[in-house]
Parts: sequence; C-alpha cells; structure tokens
Amino acid sequence: MTAMTERTYLRTVPADPLPPPEQRAGRIGWLRENLFSSPGNIALTLICILFIAWALPPLLRFFVFDAVWSGSDRQACLSSPQLPEPGACWAFVRVWFSYFVYGFYPIAQHWRVDVFFLALACGIGWLAWLSAPRRGIGAVYFFIVLPVLSYVFLRGAPTLGLAEVPTALWGGILVTIVVATVGIVVSLPLGILLALARRSDIPVVRLFAVTFIEFVRGVPLITVLFMASVMLPLFVPERLSPDKLVRALIGVALFASAYMAEVVRGGLAAVPRGQYEAAQALGLPHWRMMALIVLPQALRVTLPNIVNTFIGLFKDTTLVFIVGIFDFLRTIEAARADPHWATPVTSATGYAFAALFYFICCYGMSRYARRVETRLARAHRR
Amino acid sequence: MPRFVRTSSSHAARRAGSIALQIALVAIIGGVAFAAIHNAAQNLANAHITSGFGFWNDTAGFDISQTLINYSASTSTFGRAFWVGLCNTLLVAAIGIVLATVLGFAIGIARLSSNWLVAHLAGGYVEMIRNVPLLLQLLFWYNSVLTTLPLVRGSVALPGGGLLNIRGLFLPRPQFAAGFGYVLAALVVGIAASIVLRVSARRRQDRTGEPMHVFWLTFGPIVLVPSVVFVLSGAPLSFSFPQMGRFNVMGGVEILPEFAALLLALSLYTAAFIAEAVRAGVLAVPHGQTEAAQALGLRSNTTLRLVVVPQAMRVIVPPLTSQYLNLIKNSSLAVAVGYPDLVQVFAGSVLNLTGQAVEVVAITMAVYLFISLVTSLLMNLYGYAIAVEER
Repeated sequence: MTAMTERTYLRTVPADPLPPPEQRAGRIGWLRENLFSSPGNIALTLICILFIAWALPPLLRFFVFDAVWSGSDRQACLSSPQLPEPGACWAFVRVWFSYFVYGFYPIAQHWRVDVFFLALACGIGWLAWLSAPRRGIGAVYFFIVLPVLSYVFLRGAPTLGLAEVPTALWGGILVTIVVATVGIVVSLPLGILLALARRSDIPVVRLFAVTFIEFVRGVPLITVLFMASVMLPLFVPERLSPDKLVRALIGVALFASAYMAEVVRGGLAAVPRGQYEAAQALGLPHWRMMALIVLPQALRVTLPNIVNTFIGLFKDTTLVFIVGIFDFLRTIEAARADPHWATPVTSATGYAFAALFYFICCYGMSRYARRVETRLARAHRR
Repeated sequence: MPRFVRTSSSHAARRAGSIALQIALVAIIGGVAFAAIHNAAQNLANAHITSGFGFWNDTAGFDISQTLINYSASTSTFGRAFWVGLCNTLLVAAIGIVLATVLGFAIGIARLSSNWLVAHLAGGYVEMIRNVPLLLQLLFWYNSVLTTLPLVRGSVALPGGGLLNIRGLFLPRPQFAAGFGYVLAALVVGIAASIVLRVSARRRQDRTGEPMHVFWLTFGPIVLVPSVVFVLSGAPLSFSFPQMGRFNVMGGVEILPEFAALLLALSLYTAAFIAEAVRAGVLAVPHGQTEAAQALGLRSNTTLRLVVVPQAMRVIVPPLTSQYLNLIKNSSLAVAVGYPDLVQVFAGSVLNLTGQAVEVVAITMAVYLFISLVTSLLMNLYGYAIAVEER
C-alpha cells in the first residue's frame, strides 16, 4: 500500500489568501446576509417578492381602498358607476354589529352584558398579571364568584329587579365568551382532579380517570356535543331537562376537562421527585402535599400549555353552532343570509370580520403564553 | 405542632380509607349509571321508541350525494348508509393527511430558511391559519370561495378534459379493459424487485463500505417494464370524458364542492400545526450534530439525510400522530357544509329518521375511537421502527 506513505491529501503549497469579508453591518449587510446570500436565495427572494406583489394589492384594495364603510342597505355595496368592483362591505358589519355582540338580548338590557364583559376582563387581568396582588383572591373571584354572579346577572332575577332573559335570546360574542369562560372555569379544576386521579395509587380511581380522558380525547367534539344535546335529555327525568345552551356547555366543559387533564399531568410529571419526597418527609398528608408543594409548581410550569389549550377551546366554541346555539359564528351565518344585504361580497366580509375577532383573541393569548414561557425560562436560568 | 402535619399514620387505616373510597366511587358511578338508564328507558317508552339495533336492516330511503360503494335510496339499508358515510370519512381523512403532511413539511422547513422573506412568509401563514377556527375557514372556502365558480353552462374546461363549475370538479374517469391486470401485476413485480435491489445494495454497503446508487436502476422495473406490458397488452385503458348536459354534467368522476372545501380547509389548517411540529423537531437536533457531521466530511445533503432527519423524526412523530388524529376527528365538521361523512349521514340523517339517539351516537363514537386507536398504533409502530438505538 503505497498510498499510506504518500499522504496525497496534505497540501504542499500555501493556499491563496481568502478575499476580505463582505460588508456585514448596516442595512446593506443585513439585506445581503438575509436575502441575497446565494444564487438560490436570490431566486427565492424574487419569487417571494413576486408573490407578495401578486397577492397584497388585491387584498388591500378589497379590504381598505375599495371597501364600503357606510350605508344602510345592499345598494351601497353593489357595483355602481363610481365603484365598479366594490370591496368589503363594512357597512354590513356596522349595521349588524350589535347583533354580532349581543344576539337577541333585549336592547334595553345590553348594559348588563357590558358589565359582564367588564367584570370578566377584570378577572382575566387579575389572573394573567403574574405579579398582581392577592392572586389567590383573584382565583376565587374568577372561578367561583364571577360565574355564579354572572349567571344570575345575565339570566335575570325578577326579585332583584332584573328582567329575566332566557338563554335562547343570548347570542353572538356574548355566547362565545360565555361558552369559553364556562369551559375554562369548569375544565381547569376538573382537569386538575382528573390528572391527580390518573396519577393516583388507587386502582379504581385511576381506571376511571384513564377511561374518561382517553374516551373523550378519542372522539370528535361534535359527537360529544351531539351526545350532550341529544342523549343528555334522555338520561334525566323530563322535568329536569336542561336548556339547550346548558347542554352544550356541559359537552364543551367535559371535553375541555379531558384535554386540560393531560396538560396538568404533564406539569405534574415535570415536578422533580425530590419535591414529593421532601413533602412526605415533612409529614404532609397527600392532599396537603399536592395543594401546597406539587400543584403550585406544576401549574406554574404548565401555564403556557394551559393557555394554548384554552386557545384551542376558544376556537372549538364555534362548534356549538352545529347543535343550534347562536354563537358569534352562527350570528354571522344568519346575518349574511339577510336578503337586505345580499351582495357578492357580504359573505366574505362577514367571515373576514369573524376571522379578525378570533385572530386578535387567539394571537393575543398565544403572545401571552410565549411571554410567560420566556419569563419562566429566565427563572430557571442559573 | 402545625396542625397540617399528619397525626395518625397507620398503614391499616390508610388501606381501609383507600378501599372505602373505591367502594364509594364504584357505588356513585353505578348509581348515576343506573339512574340514567332508568330515566332513558322511561323517556324512550314515553316517546314510543324501541331501543336496539333493529333499525340497522331497515330500508334507508334517503339519498347520499357521494357514494364510494353501491348504494341506492330505495333498496339499501341504514347499515349500508353507515358504511357509505364511513368510506367518505376515510377518503377525506386519507387524502387530507397526505396533503397536510406534504404542505406541513414544506412550510416547516421554509420557516427555518436562512432567507428572511421565506421564513417570515411561512411564519405569517402559520400564525394566520392557527389562530382562526377551522369551522370558520371551512365555511369561508365553501360559501365564499367555491360559490364564485361559474354555473354549469359557463363551465371552465380544464386541460386534459376536466370541467369545473359550481356543481364541482369533473375529471375524466379511467376505464380499465381486460388486460389491465397484467400491467398491475408487472407494476407489483417491479416494485418488489426494486425493494430487493435496494435492500441488497444497503447490505453491500454495510459489508464493504462501497455505496451503490440504485435510484436509476429501480426506474427500469417500476416504470419501463409496466409500460412495455401496457403496450403489448394493447393499451387496456381508456377515459370517459365528462360531457356538458343542459343542467348538469354527465360522465366522468365528480368531485363535490363540499368535498373540495372540506379537504382544502382540513389540509391547510392541519399543515400549519404540522409545520410547527417539524420546526420544533429540526430545532431539537443539537447543532453539534451538524458540526460533527461536517467535521467528518459529510456533504450538506448527506448530513441532512443521515444525521439531522433521523434524529428530528424521533421528535416529530408523536406530535405528528396527534395532528393526524385531530385531522380525522376534525373531518366530522363535514356536517357544517353537508359533505356526507359518517357524522352527517349517520349521526345526522339516520338519527333523525330513526330517533335511535343512544345507539347511533354510541356507534359513531365507537368508530372514531377505533380509528384513533388504530392510527396511534400504526404511528407508534413507525416510531419504534425509526427510533435511534441508544446505549
């Protein structure tokens, strides 16, 4: 083997000096590094610019420049000599706005809904602001006081001078928010219980929790809602049959609990074994150990996941539409079928408005989850 | 002594407590179940509905707009309608999974691109799709986009003989003549031969270290041989082209707008989530792995194929599985646009016609549970197959 001695891969003459580095700083440097670093990259950049040039102007034209901002009926949004191709019909959204927010809730009573939104916003702010004072009281307020009072307040109590408003009249964003709120208020405590049950040493408890969680997670929400709306009335005596909204709420809450349970279980698994052992060594009984040592840590690390699950729940509230509840999406569907506003752009405008609402809510929550995550990561850095 | 410290810690007492708790739980669940069944029996009796699965063999009497298996309203049973719905669910789920996977991997990789514009366009897509409810997207595609298609009279003729109008997309229907079996057989043999070739090449490389590129060699058995058989057996394949009638299109394969809307919404939505899983998976491979591969002298595509992808796939597979399951479960949103899937046909039409709420909802749930379990089983098997062996 002569190759062993020759070592042809070793250089015998010095290599040519490398060219000086390209400009890296400043705007030009940034452009060169991020957009035009190689022929392939230049091609990609050009394709992207072409795509944006193709897609963006029509969108802007539709939603802003050619959009109709005011009007009282469909005439405003039909094609006319001044506006041959009208864009989004925001006039339609303006006219129907109160219906989108309150549904058929009596106009004279709208202030009650506004108060509910305000009280809810306070509760969410209290819990979401991680360094807020007395967050324990905030939790009691959000999970116990607020739901009970809101129900009485929105539903009405003739003895207190509040006219009764049956849930069939509730609608729009109000119902969406109510379904989402009930979902989180029920599913978080129930999810924690189920997660603890799933990790329990007692076989029957564990079996029950596993069956429930895996069953619910294995079927679509629609079938759970069907079960709640069609089968639930069969399982209770006729005079106790809950109203339509309550049945849907039960379905959503049970569904969300199973998902929440898995998230909380992940948090419980992340608490180091030593924490349990230290608590036991101190002689804390099981429930005290959970409530004082384990759960606070588990919920803290899993807060971003809880928020993400809640985003999923918030989007899933649209499904109550299918069992005939007038949530926000259903009010859009009802309004876009209105013959007074029948134009080629009405549907697209309605959907765009709904998409904007859901996007702002969900994107805001996901930004919050990400901020909490970085904050937690900072706390763990040494 | 703080009052929350345990005072009696006898194991016997704890055991007794645990057993008492289990008995109590069983009693409560049993009691609730008994009360529910008792109430249900009474309510059903009041409504004059006999429970049981007898309805399964009754004549259905309603039409279904898309049937993959033979079905007719006048002669087929409710049971047959169930199978029709199930096939439609599986069809949209299977195609949706393929499309979502392809698109999701592409977008996930685009998000990691060093090109700022590509990465941010992909990121914008993911944020926009993930934060808007699927049902809203579905309704948008169905009511707002697909209704702008032309009427039957103004059908758009597509290259290759297809027609597109508001009734759907009509494609040429392939018609197989008698000799087509030989072509299929040749194809199967070709694929088998390619696999054998590939495995032996891999073995040889393991043994001798010499790589053997078989990609172009497999081209022969998979493409050439079936083509030759196809010509020799007298081209046993023809197409029936869709013809424009006065009110509707005759012939061809019809793709319903409901199907198209559902497929679009499901695959675009799930793709955004898959893209996130892919991005997380690739980022989870430590950079040292790439650097080590480069230090060993591997080229960049070999680094990707042999070092990065196998390790990233380990991380990607579990979230990918749950996205597939979500897609299958979300296909039940078909009911909102009237695509005849399992929920629309069975938990909708059949339930309304028979009134057998308990049986119908229970069967529907059982089917989804079964599909979910089988999918997780398959993906777990795949996960074991690609798991990198650790010390």
